[in-house]
Amino acid sequence: MVDPRLNIISERLAKIRKIIAVSSGKGGVGKSMIASTLALALVRRGYKVGLLDLDFSCPSTHVILNIEGLFPKEEKGIIPPEAHGLRYMSIVYYARDEPSPLRGVDISNAIIELFAITQWDSLDFLVIDMPPGIGDATLDMIRFVKGISFLIVTTPSKVAFETVRKLTRLLKDLKVPILGVVENMKMRDSPFIREQVEMLGVPFLGEINFDYRLEDSMGDVQKLLETKFAQGVQEIASKKL
Amino acid sequence: MHEWALAEAVVSTTLKTAEEKGLKEIIELKIKIGELQQIDQEILEFALSQLRSPLLRNAKFSFETVKAELKCRVCDHKWKFSTKNLDEDVSEFIHFVPEIAHTYLKCPKCGSPDFEILTGRGVWLDSIKGVK
Repeated sequence: MVDPRLNIISERLAKIRKIIAVSSGKGGVGKSMIASTLALALVRRGYKVGLLDLDFSCPSTHVILNIEGLFPKEEKGIIPPEAHGLRYMSIVYYARDEPSPLRGVDISNAIIELFAITQWDSLDFLVIDMPPGIGDATLDMIRFVKGISFLIVTTPSKVAFETVRKLTRLLKDLKVPILGVVENMKMRDSPFIREQVEMLGVPFLGEINFDYRLEDSMGDVQKLLETKFAQGVQEIASKKL
Repeated sequence: MHEWALAEAVVSTTLKTAEEKGLKEIIELKIKIGELQQIDQEILEFALSQLRSPLLRNAKFSFETVKAELKCRVCDHKWKFSTKNLDEDVSEFIHFVPEIAHTYLKCPKCGSPDFEILTGRGVWLDSIKGVK
């Protein structure tokens, strides 16, 4: 027996110019904030952008972007609805606010299903908010999303960076393109992360200072784009992407 | 027409297999449809008929529905999936992404959402017959 879904995925992604997985070895480093803000920043620059929340257990980009009352249209597959100028896809359309306790094999199956049936059409960028770690979602992206590149997020913490080191090594070993590492939530001057990233032989994309006012912009896209955090993301996007 | 996307996947896989095996014509495709996904066979058949490429011109499509059996990982209880008493929205959500079953279904014996989908998940290409 053959699972026919795997063969159609490359066709579904064929009209997307660049696919960026925003990833980290650890949770709580700001992946979803960076993925959401990056997607919005690219829209503001006139690009056609999709945002896919691949954190099936704990999706959060819909909270950041205040996405409510939308549902994909069914037409030869499913068409992600548009929100804030970007095409948005998340498991929350189907799970609503209920917890989705999924094991590895189920996560993998759900990912394959979504990639097989979602009709993104043509996009300049598809930004993927990855779940933390180097588990099923990361392995599946490497396995069937050809041409994907990873944008890795860390905090200044040695603990966070240690997990990023492992993710980076995995991607390098498998020859998966890495756009670079962003140091998020920086609170004091320290060259530690920059030096460590350079030692790993991957680009250091920049640092984003801890923004005490960021939480106040949750769910308010206009306010979010006016934060210093968003300025930091936009700077990285305009210089490095 | 979510079935259309899956029909495209079936055709794409068939053509790839035919190329790998050097098949000049496909005679028969056996497709298994898992009950959990609640695929509308008529729509799937229609989509497949519309997607016939020259290689599939004379192909016969046969379908087999596979009962969805679930097994609780906590208490080992096995049960059959049924749409009876299932909210219409939930039923549709499971249709799109069968794993959403874990969000809404619980083991009828112990109430755990930690169950395994033993059989009947989605659409499978069971066999392809063709001539070289």
